[in-house]
Amino acid sequence: MINKDLQLNEFLFSSGVTNIATRDGYGEGLLSLAQENENIVVLTADLAESTRVDKFEEKYPDRFFECGISEQNMVAVAAGLGVTGKRVFTSSYATFSPGKNWETIRTTVCYNDSDVKIAGHHAGIMTAQDGATHQATEDIALVRCLPNMKVFVPADYFEAIRITEYVGKIYGPAYIRFSREKTPVITTEKTPFEPGENFSYWVSDKPECIIFATGYLLYFSLLAAKKLKEEGIEVEVVNVSSIKPINEENIVNKVKDVRKVVTVEDHQVAGGMGSMISEILSKECPSQISFMGLQDRFGESGKSFELVSKFGLDDVGIKNTVLNLLKK
Amino acid sequence: MPSDISDKKVKFLEEKALEIRELIIEMLLNAGSGHSAGPLGMADVFSSLYFHTLNHIPSKPDWEERDRLVLSNGHICPVRYAAMALSGYFPLSELKTLRQLGSRLQGHPHRTSLPGLETTSGPLGEGVSQAIGIALAGKMNKKDYHVYVVTGDGEHDEGNIWESVMMGARYKLDNLTVIIDRNNIQIDGFTEDVMPLESLKNKYESFGWHAEDIDGNNIREIVLTLDKVKTIHEMPSVIIARTIPGKGVHFMENNYYWHGNPPNKEQAKMAMKDLRTLKNKIESEY
Ligand SMILES: Cc1ncc(C[n+]2csc(CCOP(=O)(O)OP(=O)(O)O)c2C)c(N)n1
Ligand SMILES: [Mg+2]
Repeated sequence: MINKDLQLNEFLFSSGVTNIATRDGYGEGLLSLAQENENIVVLTADLAESTRVDKFEEKYPDRFFECGISEQNMVAVAAGLGVTGKRVFTSSYATFSPGKNWETIRTTVCYNDSDVKIAGHHAGIMTAQDGATHQATEDIALVRCLPNMKVFVPADYFEAIRITEYVGKIYGPAYIRFSREKTPVITTEKTPFEPGENFSYWVSDKPECIIFATGYLLYFSLLAAKKLKEEGIEVEVVNVSSIKPINEENIVNKVKDVRKVVTVEDHQVAGGMGSMISEILSKECPSQISFMGLQDRFGESGKSFELVSKFGLDDVGIKNTVLNLLKK
Repeated sequence: MPSDISDKKVKFLEEKALEIRELIIEMLLNAGSGHSAGPLGMADVFSSLYFHTLNHIPSKPDWEERDRLVLSNGHICPVRYAAMALSGYFPLSELKTLRQLGSRLQGHPHRTSLPGLETTSGPLGEGVSQAIGIALAGKMNKKDYHVYVVTGDGEHDEGNIWESVMMGARYKLDNLTVIIDRNNIQIDGFTEDVMPLESLKNKYESFGWHAEDIDGNNIREIVLTLDKVKTIHEMPSVIIARTIPGKGVHFMENNYYWHGNPPNKEQAKMAMKDLRTLKNKIESEY
């Protein structure tokens, strides 16, 4: 059942559940940060409106810089600002930042330990009709391996606000991943977020399988959990919004009596959240894991939810993966 | 090398450009997403390339001797898809599949999905470099083909463009022509507000290129300039094609809202009406 302690959206399972894009949460979070801290600076590379920093630009024109279409230049400029006491958010699409400008981030932001936050927008196949060039499905892998970098993936609009506000209050490099599409609101303003802790959103006294989901796919994982329960199968669903830092003990404790795991992400299975979970579990708690995500192939053009189904990442796909794993 | 072009040929190319524009509107309406302004503005250049300049055989997209056309600003691909279908690369009916699941016409061009696209593009700044690779191979293999690259003006914010511009001059690539869609818009506004580019012509010239500055919606000028740059030796050429974004559809012209939005049903109807009026005008002018 739904974890009551987390005060989730009570209309989560209704057909009229509200949909808001996580990028809108980013825009909101920036506005509240800017009000409290005048060192917050925002940069974009010709994508102000679609990365939702247009309102910030309007309200704080002196703290906003338009870099033109130059992602490499943008992060290096941010790194320069970030060593002077400014706290800088760079806003572009995840395929270009951290994609195109990765080594620049590695050296000038991470190794340099500059106070720069990378907002990677339009991540995943949810970028839909634009096709594979614009669907970042490798970004988690790219940033997760960088020393000094923190990595977060909000599951919904409210969590996007909370994570944006959190990284805006701490020093140092951080990456946040956002989607373009409007997705179901899962949490409320009261739902806790703690860096490193990944809460179980669907709980059970005796789960047969643990589902780790990241981003909006948490919603489909919860739907799958509900359907499985209707068939008498108990699972637990964990929202992995904090990829780095991560409390490893917490992950192991959830799995150690179950040892059957499904990971769900809108990302390549190589190097993403699932890889991270398996790295943790293989140390002390070897388990059977089914990795859901893109299986070493690029995305393609299509309508967003059509693609989620095509790649088997909807509630039906997740439910079937759990059932298959339980048969093994 | 013809130093002039007949009125009849100009009329033919203008009509093809209009057909391309009509197909663009239909495709985008069907897809429900995509870019309107760039493709419409570049219809005259694409008509000139596909129906006059390029040495190509649409039924043999892999023909070794073909001229290569690299589309660096991949988001304007509807104009290329329309020109390709009209010249016989694939059936016109396939245009309806743009951006749909399973289509060969991906939202941004994917080389291995559709024969006749020389590269994959969408992420800006990467086309001139790839064209240099193709042009270098042409020289190495003693092939006569010419390499054309279409780029955006906003795209010139990318440092990668200037890295490749230096290299094009370094290797004296006279088999390479860059065409810039100088429509003065990008996503966040007018190019000169977002990141001033002028003087583009002086920049290219000081980098060692032959540069031409033309009206990119004037077929005669486009065709004659494309002919002329092939006669330039020992250096690559750039054609700065001044275009009107959204050209031909009055409410889209010069408005950057239309950079990344498709028309709805009502707007598509109005657009088609504009384009039909233009057709009648061409008829009466010649
Ligand atoms: C590397 C990269 N950064 C950002 C984008 C997003 N983007 C797509 S089109 C565009 C504007 C391009 O401007 P321009 O080249 O002038 O094309 P136009 O808008 O005139 O069609 C941007 C920023 C991209 N496709 N690639
Ligand atoms: Mg432009």
